[in-house]
Amino acid sequence: MSQDQDRAPRSFRSQWKILGGFFFLGVLFWGGFHWALAATNNETFCISCHEMKDNVYKEYRETVHYYNPSGVRATCPDCHVPKAWQHMIVRKIQASNELWHKFKGTIDTPEKFEGKRLELARNVWSAMKSTDSRECRNCHDFKSMDFTRQGSRAFDFHERGFSKDKTCIDCHKGIAHSLPKGMTAADDTSHF
Amino acid sequence: MKIRLWLIMWAALVIVAVGAWSGVAMAEEVRTLRGAVPLDGADQAPEMAKWMPDSHTLPRNYLQQPPLIPHQIDGYKIDLRQNKCMTCHSWAKAKETHATKVSLTHFRNRFGTELSDVSPQRYFCTQCHVPQRDAKPLVENSFRPVDAVR
Repeated sequence: MSQDQDRAPRSFRSQWKILGGFFFLGVLFWGGFHWALAATNNETFCISCHEMKDNVYKEYRETVHYYNPSGVRATCPDCHVPKAWQHMIVRKIQASNELWHKFKGTIDTPEKFEGKRLELARNVWSAMKSTDSRECRNCHDFKSMDFTRQGSRAFDFHERGFSKDKTCIDCHKGIAHSLPKGMTAADDTSHF
Repeated sequence: MKIRLWLIMWAALVIVAVGAWSGVAMAEEVRTLRGAVPLDGADQAPEMAKWMPDSHTLPRNYLQQPPLIPHQIDGYKIDLRQNKCMTCHSWAKAKETHATKVSLTHFRNRFGTELSDVSPQRYFCTQCHVPQRDAKPLVENSFRPVDAVR
């Protein structure tokens, strides 16, 4: 009897040990997972492949999202990776397709990139359209806009656009990167 | 004979002297925009001028003057892929954007052929049409617009 009593606490202890071990491993994996997500969610990682660095990054450096009077900069993930976790993880999984094409060398020369550019741009435009330009609105909230401080043209267009439920990308295409060649009239969604 | 030679030499000397003196006088009057700063010296940077705020059609000073751009065009790209100006000033868009339509003359190429879109030779808007900065004239200017446009 006394032996049983001795054994019971011991197995109890080992259960706790196993549980603690799992807990520790969980923290480690979860932490590592988030570390990996964060490590692949910055500009340095994005332009570590020449496809990005030599094409779109170069163009972006001449635009207002890179260099502007207020000194606020939007880097690649600010516009191209959703902030909310559930959307971010979906985008990260989709990015595995981009890795696959990186290994295949689908756009590894400027010519190949230009050839695919219209298709790639249309993908981004339709994604932006379907999310109501969610990534733009992380910073640009029209409820916070003082229209009277905008230029007369911006004032006019914004008021008309917002009242017609237009989304940012409808008019603001090619603002951070060059527009692709071969755009058709259907690609121009800025009509009122 | 000797006197004649002397006279010619004196005349030449006088001409050279007068020429040199007037040259010096001219150099004093005509100056570069750098002023008296020596070529290898550091000139003072000119004051920064801001773009004029958005406004409406600016007056023209002469008949053939390309209309000025009465708004900022920062970051507007005009290249092989895109012409930002045309997103408002094209015939397709001008009505809904309340912008000035691009002139019909711009559809004509150098052979006088009428094209269906802006002629390549008139494609680069900012070659002739320019926005305005709030800058003081660098030199005095007595230009006055012709009566026809006043």
